[in-house]
Amino acid sequence: MAEHNGRLAENILYFARALRAAGIPVGPGAVLDALEALRVAGVGTRNDFYWTLHAVFVKRHEHSILFDQAFRIFFRRRGFIDQLLAMMLPQAPAPREAPQPGATRVHEALYAGLDDKLKKEREIELDARMTVSDREVLQKKDFAQMTSAEIAAAKEAMKKLVLPLAEVRTRRLAPHLHGHLIDIRRTLRASMKGGGAFIDLRFIGPKTKPPPIVALLDISGSMSQYSRIFLHFLHALTDARKRVSTFLFGTRLTNVTRALRERDPDDALAACSASVPDWSGGTRIASSLHAFNKLWARRVLTQGAIVLLITDGLERDADDALGFEIDRLHRSCRRLVWLNPLLRFEGFEARARGIRTMLPHVDEFRAIHNLESMAALVAALQRSADRAADPKAWMQRVA
Amino acid sequence: MPARSLPASIDATVDLLAEADYLADRSLGTVLYLALKMGRPIFLEGEAGVGKTEIAKVLSTTLGRRLIRLQCYEGLDITAAVYEWNYAAQMIAIRVAEAEGERDREKLEHDVFSERFLIKRPLLQALEPDAAGAPVLLIDEIDRTDEAFEAYLLEVLADFQITIPEMGTVKAAHSPVVVITSNRTREVHDALKRRCLYHWVGYPSAERELSIVRRKVPGVGKKLSEQVVAFVQALRKRDLFKSPGVAETLDWAAALSELDVVALDPATVSDTLGVLLKYQDDIARLEGSKVKELLDEVKSELRAAE
Repeated sequence: MAEHNGRLAENILYFARALRAAGIPVGPGAVLDALEALRVAGVGTRNDFYWTLHAVFVKRHEHSILFDQAFRIFFRRRGFIDQLLAMMLPQAPAPREAPQPGATRVHEALYAGLDDKLKKEREIELDARMTVSDREVLQKKDFAQMTSAEIAAAKEAMKKLVLPLAEVRTRRLAPHLHGHLIDIRRTLRASMKGGGAFIDLRFIGPKTKPPPIVALLDISGSMSQYSRIFLHFLHALTDARKRVSTFLFGTRLTNVTRALRERDPDDALAACSASVPDWSGGTRIASSLHAFNKLWARRVLTQGAIVLLITDGLERDADDALGFEIDRLHRSCRRLVWLNPLLRFEGFEARARGIRTMLPHVDEFRAIHNLESMAALVAALQRSADRAADPKAWMQRVA
Repeated sequence: MPARSLPASIDATVDLLAEADYLADRSLGTVLYLALKMGRPIFLEGEAGVGKTEIAKVLSTTLGRRLIRLQCYEGLDITAAVYEWNYAAQMIAIRVAEAEGERDREKLEHDVFSERFLIKRPLLQALEPDAAGAPVLLIDEIDRTDEAFEAYLLEVLADFQITIPEMGTVKAAHSPVVVITSNRTREVHDALKRRCLYHWVGYPSAERELSIVRRKVPGVGKKLSEQVVAFVQALRKRDLFKSPGVAETLDWAAALSELDVVALDPATVSDTLGVLLKYQDDIARLEGSKVKELLDEVKSELRAAE
């Protein structure tokens, strides 16, 4: 590598760009760090070179594989490297991009701003058209039967729906007006003002914080009419709260938390669809829950999480594994809420084997097929579990 | 052990760790060497029981530096991590000054908020000057604490200085060697990880684990150690909820040598499985004939390798 010394810095820079293209976020600071690290460690064997760059560029365990592939491709042969560099130079013509998902909305937003007066008139018209009875109808209408205009209206309503949910006490103490512990430090400082003659008590109490939420959403064929709407709801929830993790499962389990963090809902859903291979496929609830319990439960369920399991429970092979996995999930979280769109049917009875297996291990069993039920869910999460959603009642309702 | 200078190369780092019976692989040696030379904190992540905390202890022993340990938990705040005032002593000092008729308020305040009444906690202790060289600061299990503490830690790690409002700023003469560990029960914020050099500590290979067992548990026989390591490596390939870590392997080897076992047999393994596996479901999965099957597989592989 000695003859490349003059171009080492450039090579590292282009390698960083390759990593960025591969999906590892690498900032310019990391490139400087890499150069310093190479200066300190020296460019010795290939193995040492690999681990030196790995130490600087990789900050998550998941990126290790991406780094490995990128390194193998980049530092392979001299001629190949030059070709790769030529491809990545800024002068190279950019490929034609497909129109962005939110493009039409941006277009509309830009042109809507030009005609203010007309827009105001149109707004007033809109209000008059959506009468109270229309809004009520929208609340009760099943998502599966909505037209696209109604779905758009429902999405707007959902954004308003996500109120701050109930908070739980944490162990962190903060200044509190009526706390139960005396904050000696602030008390002493306050009493120093009076020369130590008066003791002006100040208190601290436990800080409260909304608990983390983990959503497990079934995206198999039987749920296809509802999946997209629920994703919108989860996107609004991710926007409103700090610790919301979302997982999609059908035949496999995928973590889409980062995809849903995009500000624009269309972008977020496009990113989700891109990362999930088994949209509207079959359902394997037991194996997905097993994957979640094994790989993710200990990472996202700490600090008292509430789990929202959104599935219809129609599992092809319901056996002991399903009962075991949902039992384990129940034990690992603070509250397990099962949201089932099958409850849209008036005379629903819990007869299917999969549903009967899962029902005893769930804290609440609720409907989720229209806006009214979503509002009820949000309201319910503000209080502790109420009797109408008690799963035992559903088990007994079957004759 | 007397204070030593930092290792001069990656090989020297690996040898340094081996002196204290910690057998690290090349990648860990590289990260440690870079962190020591560049003055960056080390962020170690991995499953429980792979030896993350051990690295800090080994570093402090071999380099001859003081080890300062900050165990993180939820609700950890400045009072427990950085400093606290000795309120009782301060109040007594105030009352005594009052009784003596001391009228100068500024002098009183200056006396009360002086180093005499300051209780130093781990982070502040790490910034103090030390004759043997900058100490090793171990911040253990940072995933147990919350985002507020992480933000504060990021600030401290950036400049290695702490401001005490009543007294002033304390700055470290030499930056301490910082080792942060995490069990990944929560995603630590990217900003903190970017400041550090990250390394994932995985399970060792069979040869390395064998050398570790032979070093750390000297009383164990050659045949037993080979069988133990092969069995644990086979267990890790299975679909267990929690695979046994290196600490569990060492415990098991020590337990078996206490029981004067020369070679593994199904009964002994079933009896001592609780040393390796800590979840009832995993133990239940390996009950009865499965232990015998696994053991036979392991033994036949060892015989084939000879």
